[in-house]
This record gives sequence, structure tokens and C-alpha cells, in this order.
Amino acid sequence: MKFWSKKSTDNHPDFWKAYLKLFDEKDRKSALEDIRFIAFDTETTGFDYIDDRILSIGAVAIKNGSIDVADQLEIYLDQEVFNEDTVEIHGIIKNGSYDRLSEKKAIQLFITYIKDAVLIAHHAEFDRKMINRALQRLGLGKLKNKILDTGVLFKNSRHKIYAKDSIKSYSLDELCNDLKLSQSDRHTASGDAFITGMAFLKILAKLKKDKNIDVDYLFRLT
Amino acid sequence: MKNTIAERIQDFLKQFPPFDILKKEELLAISKQIRVCYVEKGDYIFKQDKPCHDEFYIVREGAVGLYRGFNSNQSLVDICDTGDLFGLRIMIIKKNYRMSAIADEESIVYSIPAKIFEPYIEENKEVNRFLLNTFATHARNYYTETEKGKRIDNTISIEAAKDLSALRSISYHKKPVTCSLDTSAQEIARKITKKKASYAVVVDDNKFPVGIITDSDLRAKVGTGLFPLTSLATKVMTSPVVTYPKKLTVAEAQIALIKHGISHLCITKEGTQTSKLIGILSEHDLLVSFGNNPSVLIKEINRIRKLEKLRYIRKQVEKLLKSYLEQDIPTAHILHIISEINDALVARIIELSIKEMPAKPIVKFSFLVLGSQGRREQLLLTDQDNAIVFEDVAKENYKSTQDYFLKLASKITKGLHTIGFEYCPAEMMASNPRWCMSVSKWETQFRDWMTIPTNESTLLSSIFFDFQHVYGDVALADRLSEVVFDGVNKSNRFLSLLGVSALQKPSPLGFFKQFLVEQNGEHKDTFDIKTRAMMVLIDAARILTLSYNLKGVNNTLQRYEKLAELEPKNAALFDSCAKAFRVLIKFRTRQGLLHNDSGRFIKLNTLSKNDKLRLKRCFKPIRDIQELLRVRFQLKSLM
Repeated sequence: MKFWSKKSTDNHPDFWKAYLKLFDEKDRKSALEDIRFIAFDTETTGFDYIDDRILSIGAVAIKNGSIDVADQLEIYLDQEVFNEDTVEIHGIIKNGSYDRLSEKKAIQLFITYIKDAVLIAHHAEFDRKMINRALQRLGLGKLKNKILDTGVLFKNSRHKIYAKDSIKSYSLDELCNDLKLSQSDRHTASGDAFITGMAFLKILAKLKKDKNIDVDYLFRLT
Repeated sequence: MKNTIAERIQDFLKQFPPFDILKKEELLAISKQIRVCYVEKGDYIFKQDKPCHDEFYIVREGAVGLYRGFNSNQSLVDICDTGDLFGLRIMIIKKNYRMSAIADEESIVYSIPAKIFEPYIEENKEVNRFLLNTFATHARNYYTETEKGKRIDNTISIEAAKDLSALRSISYHKKPVTCSLDTSAQEIARKITKKKASYAVVVDDNKFPVGIITDSDLRAKVGTGLFPLTSLATKVMTSPVVTYPKKLTVAEAQIALIKHGISHLCITKEGTQTSKLIGILSEHDLLVSFGNNPSVLIKEINRIRKLEKLRYIRKQVEKLLKSYLEQDIPTAHILHIISEINDALVARIIELSIKEMPAKPIVKFSFLVLGSQGRREQLLLTDQDNAIVFEDVAKENYKSTQDYFLKLASKITKGLHTIGFEYCPAEMMASNPRWCMSVSKWETQFRDWMTIPTNESTLLSSIFFDFQHVYGDVALADRLSEVVFDGVNKSNRFLSLLGVSALQKPSPLGFFKQFLVEQNGEHKDTFDIKTRAMMVLIDAARILTLSYNLKGVNNTLQRYEKLAELEPKNAALFDSCAKAFRVLIKFRTRQGLLHNDSGRFIKLNTLSKNDKLRLKRCFKPIRDIQELLRVRFQLKSLM
């Protein structure tokens, strides 16, 4: 079995091999200050994992309690699939004046950028699946990174009196309102990534108030 | 590659100095290197005495307090809000922080790496200046102990930094106290004492500064017996000295003092140690130079749109007042500065109130402040006494015009109340129809008071005749002054009655030279410093200046000054009256600040023996001036 898996990765590009290698190390850090988090968001042609495509990816790193603007990624993709209905949400039209990359190049950039960071996204499941689908189309494996969902973290950071709302799923807009976050650049990948990052910092501050927490605590919540 | 986040940060930064001076590309390059920090209320951004971070900060959202000291001794230096810079020490000195930055509410703060910003400081003089000034403003620990727990805006600091005053050259002592290398410690101590200085600069034969001996040097080195009294200056002095050229700005001077941890800077011709000493600049000079500068506050007042912010300014003024008293700045000077600020506050409230009115005033008017504020003697916030004089209008329009001004006046008095001026219990305010009239009616009223003097009219005229125009058309106020002087010329009886009222004030001391205290009422057993001491001096000054037809001198101190000029034979008495008044007003202000009231009623048992003696010394001129009034206006027959 081992032999087979080795063989199957042999023809993978170097960036993917380097990426996988990052997850080999056993001594995983757990103190929040030591961990590079990356908040990210994807804008897509729609909500179907199979038919729809990623139009842009925005991502920004969070280190030691602050957002590091220098450590960010903002890419726009050239896609054949196009859905007029979602244009009004994300504002990316098919031949807009952006520097566009092929999906292959974009995913390579993204993977090289995120490394083994802990990913953060709002309703992360969707973004994860969209990235995994793109990886699959390139004949690569799934994302190896741990992923935190701000929707879930937020729910857990709320006071117990909101327990009855616990089945409720919070939209990013609701999160912005509740955490008093500015909604500028909402519905651009970078804007949403930044808002998600800010939300993460605020939620973290709330959770930290009660106890000393590490990243494993966050994973248990998700 | 596109960087939406950096672009948004750039959009924010470009609204604020010094970033507004930078080019778009430069600012974007900086924005790309920023870290965005989120802090909860109470979180530290940096701590006092800890090494400087290699970055400085700008508040994006929320508020960050700068504090000096620790735990219970922590005092607020400044509050930074949106757009304010802090943590600039790294850009200037790179040593440990001198204060702590703590989030005052949940805040978002951008941190800007020092090394990214450094090139701009070197290239761009304006940027450099702005940072120096902001730094100096924060370093100044002037308005400490600001109201705790209250949200305060620090617009002042930014304004102060923008204000050119921090950039103007500082004035220094041009005749420094000096001594030669071989002077003995004892001689130096005598010299310092004689010159009432706090230092002596040790100079060589070329008059180059070699070292400095300060009070603390003498205390630490000679006083402790470490060096004998006969030691030479060269043994005791601190050397070398820190020297600067004479074109030193306030901001630079302050930074120099902080940087070297010293209290005196030597000013030399070339700015070097091997150059002739031409002056000295002490920390004290610097403080005075800041305090002397109400222009910053006044400028700020004229910018403010919200009453709460004006209230904050008024609170700042109180701090300023406190520090003036501590520094023993001349009373006349304090009165002048505080009055200017008070006038500016009133004028601003009037402007804001007019804006709130459905229409602009149809005719010209003058807003007068009366009583102590009119005499420009109001240091503490006491009651508001004011009046409105408006232009004459056609009879059929009188009612509507008066109604307009009454409505305006009630907004104004309410505004004044909000910032801390209590309502006048006797309703001597422009919102009272009696004190909101056309100029002709006022003239009639003034004449009536003077021609048909009654007890009430002497009381009212003593308040209304000390008026000061603060807003509107000064010509209307001038017309009233004319009436007063005209009336005085025609009726000596009026002056006599004013004189009687000055003599009838209860006396401060009893037969056995004991303080006379109030026998009953709310203020039982307290000494009424206003009625028993200050009023007589105020009344006497007013009566005498009126009798000389002196126009435009409403201030008691200035009145005595003028009187001393006019009557050289009584100059000594008038000087002593002025002196007594200065002592009393300072005394009252200190008491007021101490007990947070008007300072009028003094609990004698809280006074030291020394204070009581100082007070008593003021009472002699009071008796003397009463005697002068009695003789001059032949009041005996009237009493």
C-alpha cells in the first residue's frame, strides 16, 4: 500500500510534493502565538461543487494576534464556466480587466502560499470543497491543512443565553453586525478574507477571556 | 498584483497626517507592510519601561489611552482615537517606552514597521516635523488625571501638534547664572539663592560652558557631605553640558530634555560646547511656554461642534488653571488667559445655538457677560450672568424680535449649563425677558437705575455695569457704556449710593481680630471670602474708576493700576488693594479647586495658621479703601 501511494505521487509537480512534505513533521505546534493562520475566501460562479468554478481567491495571514497585510494573496482566475446570476454578488465579469491566471497556476500559487498554515474560512466547508475539486481536476490530492470555521467558532463564543440559537447558522453579514465589523469590500474574495480574519481575532479575544486556550481547543469546537 | 486590503488601508491612512503628505505609491507601499491588530478593552499594546517595539501605531477604530506610571499611580497622559499616532518613541529615541498604551475600548490598531517609514522621515521634512510634534505632545504630561472612565477625545493633541506653536522658537533666559571654574560650592549656593535660580553654569575664560551645577547637584553632592563646602565648581559640576543653538523649537527642546534626562539645556552661539554661552533653557521654561499658549485651546474651541467636547475643553482649562497656580504664574496673567478662553467658549456656544435656530437673527445684537466674567475675573466656573442687547426695531415687531432672542438665549444658557456654568439663581440671564431688551430699553433701564437709586438698583447696577461684550455687534454695548458715564457725570448721588453699599458689606474681622463667620444658614461657620473681602475691593475699584470716567477698564486689578497712575499720592494704597485682591482670588480659586465648588465659603478649620495670616493681611487694605470712600464721597451723612 505504501509503495503504491509513493508511486502515485511520483508524477506530481514539485510544489505539491513540497506541500505534502510540510505535514510529515510530528511535533505540531499548539500555542496560538506560534501558529500561522490564514483566513481565506473564494468567489465562485455558483454553489455547485461540480459545475461551478472558482473566480477568485483572497487570503491573508494572521500571526501572533494580528493580521499581517504583507503576507497576503489575491488572485483572479480565468474560467470557461460563467454564471450571469452571481455576477451581481461578486462583481467579477468574464472579461474584466484583472490579471487572470489559469486554474492550474492559481492553485499552485495558493498551495505554495498557504503551506501548513491553519486555514480559517466562514462556512469553510464550501471553500474547502471548491479548492479540493480544483485540486482533483489537476490530479492532485485533497487539502491537508486543518481548517477552522468562523461560523462555528462564533456560535461557540456566544453567551449561553443564545443556546437556543445553536442550530442557527450565522451568515458573514450577521457576524459583521454582531461583532461590529466594517463591511467594506464585502463580496470580494480579499475583502471577505479580511473580514473573516478580523472576525477570527475578535472571537479569539472573547474565547480567551474565560480560559487559556490553544489551537487544539479551537479544533475541538469546530 | 492587486492588493485590495492594502488599498483600503491606504484609503484610510491618506486622510490623516503625516500620511496625507505622502505620494499615492509611497503610501500603498507602506500599507502593504502594515499589521492589523485587534485589542480588547484593557489590553496593553505596549508597556512602560519595556523596550520599544520596532513599529509605531495608528488607531483605526476605537480609542487607546496613553498612561504613565503603574497600578494606582497610573495617570492618563492622552487618549488617541481614530487617526491618531502613538508609540512614536521608536522613530525618535529607540529606548524603552516612557508610558503604556492600553486599549480604552475595543479597538483596531494598525502597526507600521519603523524601518519602512524611516526613509520618509529622512526625505520629507514635513513628515519629520509632524512626528516630532506628535511625540512632543504625548511626552508632555500636562493634562494628567483627566476625568477617569469618561470617553475623551484627543483632538487637542493632534491640533496641538499641527499648531505651529510647537514649532516656534522657544524663549530662553538670556542672562544665565554663571560661575568660574574655581568658584567654591558655597559661593555658588549663595549665588543661586540670591538670583532665585535653580542652577549655575560653570564657564571657562572664553565663556564656553564646561559644566552645570543644579540645585540637585548641590543637594546630592554637597548637602550630603560628599564634598565640602569649599570644593571647587569643577568638582561638583555635572559635565559635559548639553548644548543647542538658539533657534530651538519647543518640540526640539522638549525632546532634548527627555532624551538626555536633564532639566537644563545650555544655549550657545554655535550650538556646540566650544562656543560662547548665550542662554539657558530649563524644563520650567518649557512648561510655561506650553501653558502660556491658550491659542491651541481657543483654536480647538472654534472647531468644535458638540457641546460635550466643549465641556471637555473646559475641563482641560481647569487643569491648566491648576498648573498655573502651582507654578505661581502672575494672577493678572492667569485671569487674562482664562478669560480669553471663557469668552471663546461662550462665543462658540452662541454660534452653535444660532445654527440651531430656525432662522438667523434679523437684527444686530450684542451678548454681554456680567459680574465676575464681565470683569474678567472668573477663574472657576461660577454662575452665569449674561444679557442680550438688540437693535431697535419697529414697535409692531418688538415682541417677535424679543421672542426670537429669548429663544436663542435659552439655548445659549442651556449650552453654558451643559459645559459647566451653573444657572444664575437670581435669573440674571439673557433668557429672562428683563435682561433681553432692545438697546433703547436698556438705555432707559440704565438711566433709571442711576437716577432713581434704590437698594435693588445699586445691586443690579453693580452687576450690570461690569459688562463685557463677547459676541455680536460691539457698538450696541458701547452705547450702554456711554449711558453709564453720562449718568455718573450727572448724578453724584448715584456714586454715593454705590459707595454706601461698599461700606455696608459685612466686615471680615471682629473686634478681637478674629475671623467673622456666617452665623446661620447653609454656610454656617464658614468664612464668606466673597462678600466679606473681595466685594469691597471690587466695588471700591468700580466706584473710583466711574468717578474718573475711565472707560474700558472693567477688571479690578487693572482698575487699581489705573487709579494708582491717576492718584500718585494714594498709589501705595491702590497697589496694596490690587495685591490683596490677587491673593484673595488665588486663595478662592485654590479652595474651589480643592473642594470642587465656587471656593466662596471657606471652612476656617481647614486652613493652616500661615494661610489665616495671609488672609488677615489682606484685610488691612480693605479697611483703608473703605475709609477713602467714606471721606471722598462724604458718606457719613448718608449712612
